[in-house]
Amino acid sequence: MSISKNNLILYFGILTFGIAAPFIFPAFKVQLSILCVLIVLATTWNIQGGEMGYNSFGNILFYGLGMYLCASVQVGMFFPLAEWTESGGEKTFVHTPAQFFQGMAVGLLVAAVVPTIVAGLIGYSILGLRGHYFAICTLGLGVAAGEISGGIEIIGAGQGFTTPPFPDVGSLDSRGEFFYFLSFFVLVLTFIAVRGIYSTRFKLILNAIRDNEDKAEAMGIETMKYKIVGWMISAFFCGLAGGIMGGLVGYIDSTDVAFDGREMGVFMVLMAILGGKGTLWGPIIGATVFHIFKEGFWTFFLGWQYVALGVLIVVIVIYFPEGIMGWLREKYPERFGEVVDEKDRKAQVELK
Amino acid sequence: MDFMVFQYPMISVQACLDGILLGILFALIAYGMALQWGVMNIINIAQGDLVILGGYIAYFMYLYGIHPAWGVIVSPIIMFFVGIAIYKLVINKVVDRDLFISILATFGISILFMQLMNFAFGADVVLANSDYGTTMLFNSNVVLPNSKIFSAFISILFAICLVIYMKKSKLGRAIRATAQNARAAKILGVDTEKVYAATFGINAALCGVAGALISITFTIHPYMGLPYTIRSFMIVIVAGLGNLPGVAMSGMGLGVFEEFADYILGTEFRIGSVFLLLVLILVYRRFKLSRKREYLK
Repeated sequence: MSISKNNLILYFGILTFGIAAPFIFPAFKVQLSILCVLIVLATTWNIQGGEMGYNSFGNILFYGLGMYLCASVQVGMFFPLAEWTESGGEKTFVHTPAQFFQGMAVGLLVAAVVPTIVAGLIGYSILGLRGHYFAICTLGLGVAAGEISGGIEIIGAGQGFTTPPFPDVGSLDSRGEFFYFLSFFVLVLTFIAVRGIYSTRFKLILNAIRDNEDKAEAMGIETMKYKIVGWMISAFFCGLAGGIMGGLVGYIDSTDVAFDGREMGVFMVLMAILGGKGTLWGPIIGATVFHIFKEGFWTFFLGWQYVALGVLIVVIVIYFPEGIMGWLREKYPERFGEVVDEKDRKAQVELK
Repeated sequence: MDFMVFQYPMISVQACLDGILLGILFALIAYGMALQWGVMNIINIAQGDLVILGGYIAYFMYLYGIHPAWGVIVSPIIMFFVGIAIYKLVINKVVDRDLFISILATFGISILFMQLMNFAFGADVVLANSDYGTTMLFNSNVVLPNSKIFSAFISILFAICLVIYMKKSKLGRAIRATAQNARAAKILGVDTEKVYAATFGINAALCGVAGALISITFTIHPYMGLPYTIRSFMIVIVAGLGNLPGVAMSGMGLGVFEEFADYILGTEFRIGSVFLLLVLILVYRRFKLSRKREYLK
């Protein structure tokens, strides 16, 4: 991949801003961390939703799985897991700082790897479905995972799972800073990985699958292999994001936090569509706009937020399906490296 | 896991009968979904929420002292207009677009309805008590609430009425023609826009009937919509579009499956098992079709 000089300045500016952000807006550290997680989710949804054309509602499965795994490993490494969940909110066991960070590191590793393996295992069956069957099937997967994990005793069943509280180190704000930099690191990692993927032949194959899978197969591409790999990449970062989010929220509930197909599962689709499916920057812009809008709405219209969310989904989907990037592309095609014949453009306008 | 159901045969009989009566209700909802899917090529995620809304109409009548069974008549009338309103506001803009757009748009409607119902009626689990009593069978080993029998009977009645209406009436013929080929129907003078609106209205009315019956027989809650959508989707993909006996059979099959899952796995896994069954059915069909180098589309 080649990075032009302008882009380098842009990336450097964003990186600097990202590192400085928690010190510029100290009151919004948690919100900024959530924003990072949302961007990761939207960007990775875009890999198979936007580029591959497989619209999944089921990435929430990997997110929730990562969340539960990270927390379980973090607890289970040092204390008996069953007793921890039994005690609920009461803290009978306390992690020392070293234990906490060790647990978190191993937990995140497991949270990233296991969902990837799961995606690989179920990928062959699920990715054979196409179009809306795939969408509904993955929706079913996400909800089923939520309902089933809500019945398993060892991870808290219906009463939820309290993740280990952040240990006493340094100043009062270290928790916010720790989670912010962790999520920002994962965001940077995701961006580099996704940008790397998008500059290879792999992306072209994904696009070929989106545009016409049968023809892609006829051209000699083993579509199933690439579909599974695409989904595994999504799952990897979704699991990581879930693990971080679990620690950030501090409490895991099966249907309201982890496998929240009605909220987070739709959010990631919506953010990618709002920003523009099938673009690198679309999901990032979409997630940022969405998060700002959502938090604003949540604060000022408390109680009506989900009504607003429903209306927002309908409005975006009906009137804005191309997203912000799509709209910009229509308006300034030259900026996207498209050569536009002025005559041709005018002729098209006249046709309408 | 609990295998009581196999040790005492009467529990199996109970589960089967419960499941069949329940499945007839599912089949009614699924018939509405098959109708709109076939005619408009839309998968309506808000189907279950329309059912719950229909249920709350009956529940409200019950609160105001009217017998909830009258909801079976009032609810579809109100829901018909709700359906037309949804069509005019949202659905007609997504009808000829990508299917995923319609799924996402109806998902938005679903969230909207869920929350509005939560505001309007509160987050409690409610039921409209019909006072129909129970029927004892087999030496009072099997207990069937009369409300379940009543609801199954009403469902069958409505389904038969609808089938006759679709066969005989002018609108019914127009709907069937549009389902076969929308463009040809348009050329031959069918106002497809009107047909679409009517189809969605009829679907909502069916949901209204089913909802009213569910509020009498079972319980309703604002967030319970999605499982009904999934159930009807599952029934339709098993039975196929436009196959009414198939819809009825697979509806009853699903009902029986759920009752047994309830007994064997426990109530907390009931909804989860329904969603898992959907995944399994889709995967099974995918492998079956892939042998012929085809796929579900």
